[in-house]
Amino acid sequence: MSKYMLIMRGTDESNAAMMANIDEMMATSRQFIEDLFKAGVYVAAEGLDDPGQGVVVDFSGETPVVTDGPYGETKELFGGFFLVDVASKQEAIEWAKRVPAAPGAKVEVRRVPGSDEAPQAGA
Amino acid sequence: MDAADVEAVWRIESARIVAALTRFTGDFGLAEDAAQEAVAEALVSWPLSPPANPVGWLKATARRRAIDAIRRRAALQDRYALLAADGETGPGELDPGEIDPDRIDDDVLALMFVSCHPVLSPEARVALTLRVVAGLSSEEIARAFLVPVPTVQARITRGKKTIAAAGVPFELPAAGERRERLGGVLSVLYVIFTEGSTATSGDRLLRPDVAYEAIRLARTLAALLPDEPEVHGLLALCELTAARFPARTGPDGAPVLLEDQDRRRWDFSAIRRGLAALATASVRGLGPYGLQAAIAAAHASASSVEATDWDRIVVLYEALGRVAPSPVVELNRAVAVAMASGPEPALAIVDELVAANRLPGSHLAPAVRGELLARLGRRAEARAELELAARLCANLRERSVLLRKAAALR
Repeated sequence: MSKYMLIMRGTDESNAAMMANIDEMMATSRQFIEDLFKAGVYVAAEGLDDPGQGVVVDFSGETPVVTDGPYGETKELFGGFFLVDVASKQEAIEWAKRVPAAPGAKVEVRRVPGSDEAPQAGA
Repeated sequence: MDAADVEAVWRIESARIVAALTRFTGDFGLAEDAAQEAVAEALVSWPLSPPANPVGWLKATARRRAIDAIRRRAALQDRYALLAADGETGPGELDPGEIDPDRIDDDVLALMFVSCHPVLSPEARVALTLRVVAGLSSEEIARAFLVPVPTVQARITRGKKTIAAAGVPFELPAAGERRERLGGVLSVLYVIFTEGSTATSGDRLLRPDVAYEAIRLARTLAALLPDEPEVHGLLALCELTAARFPARTGPDGAPVLLEDQDRRRWDFSAIRRGLAALATASVRGLGPYGLQAAIAAAHASASSVEATDWDRIVVLYEALGRVAPSPVVELNRAVAVAMASGPEPALAIVDELVAANRLPGSHLAPAVRGELLARLGRRAEARAELELAARLCANLRERSVLLRKAAALR
């Protein structure tokens, strides 16, 4: 068993499609979270605001530089995530297939290593 | 699609499919058999031709197998007529039970209550819960409990026969017996969890994959019964105990005692989840699981053994001893008393337990007694007790720790 993050990656088109049906999207998202919850696999879920409202803090220079707007030139923008605690990678993928998403969007599945796998401080 | 993909879909859907089929046929054993046949067919056919709608495929196939089974049972003619008419709707169709989400939730709950029914042997309750509710295969259950696969299969078969023979209805327990029956479900989940958190036998102390199944089932139960404090109490206990897993064994798999654990390795997000569940559990006073969770929380919130609020832990053990008296609780209270007030009053508690022979054959009493005697400087007696504990201990990892402690007293 492991935790996986199901990362929503939307394009401008899929985000627009989602906003056009926002009520339906909200309802199916709520239902999806309810399903995760009742399956005993839900850990956390959040959706992010419009990337245009975001701010980037850049550590390239000596002091952090703050710029407005979305991060980089990415075509597929991080729009939110579901964190699930599942029995296998295949199960994480199976849940990812059920994520409510507009056409064109992608869901990236990434494993979250346990704290016993993280590099140990001072080791 | 390979076997792992089939298993993944099954893990998510098994409880709902078996619950809906049981509601439909009124026969838990038949529903479980039919669902297993559907999975077996999926394992053969999906790799060759993956279905467009795997969930619908499983539901439709399981239902067809149930109808086949009912056809073979002449005694169930009237139900067959009902089912056959409904069975014409073809694959992918929703079962009536699943149109109403509250209904399917109640059916999944009923499934948990049936799998943990008091007419069943404790082993059958565990096996049925893991197979039917958690969606594990017999092979996985056998691996979890270190028993042969045929033993698990026999437990499940016997369990289903017992349910049928006793005429256990597929429904939620009546209000009058609900609390007690829920206690039965919780104790099954707790047995599964403890098997993962302190394996009773074998060469590994922890089996996190087994503990995970209990946590997952407890989360499902908490989602379905949000107003039952003890469900949250059990979930909190499991989360807080599992939070310490990463620090509980060394690189070689040997147990690391609480006082020696690197607390930076504890899983802090699990601790936060556990504390949140404990807060939900404490709304109307803590029951036995909630109290044990509160003890685990006292450890989880302390930066070291010295910084631990041992007086609070002693009080919590006293409360636990009142609501759920047990010699193991007394023994743990003794350990807490030793930390709060020194080994002497603790030894008095353990001696009383031993004199009354309340933990016969267990390695726990001599292990604690040996520790306390060592702290009092009574080395020869301490060594003899630790050696006795080692002889009685079935977990190889724990045994070697006891022998090492005994040897250190030479």
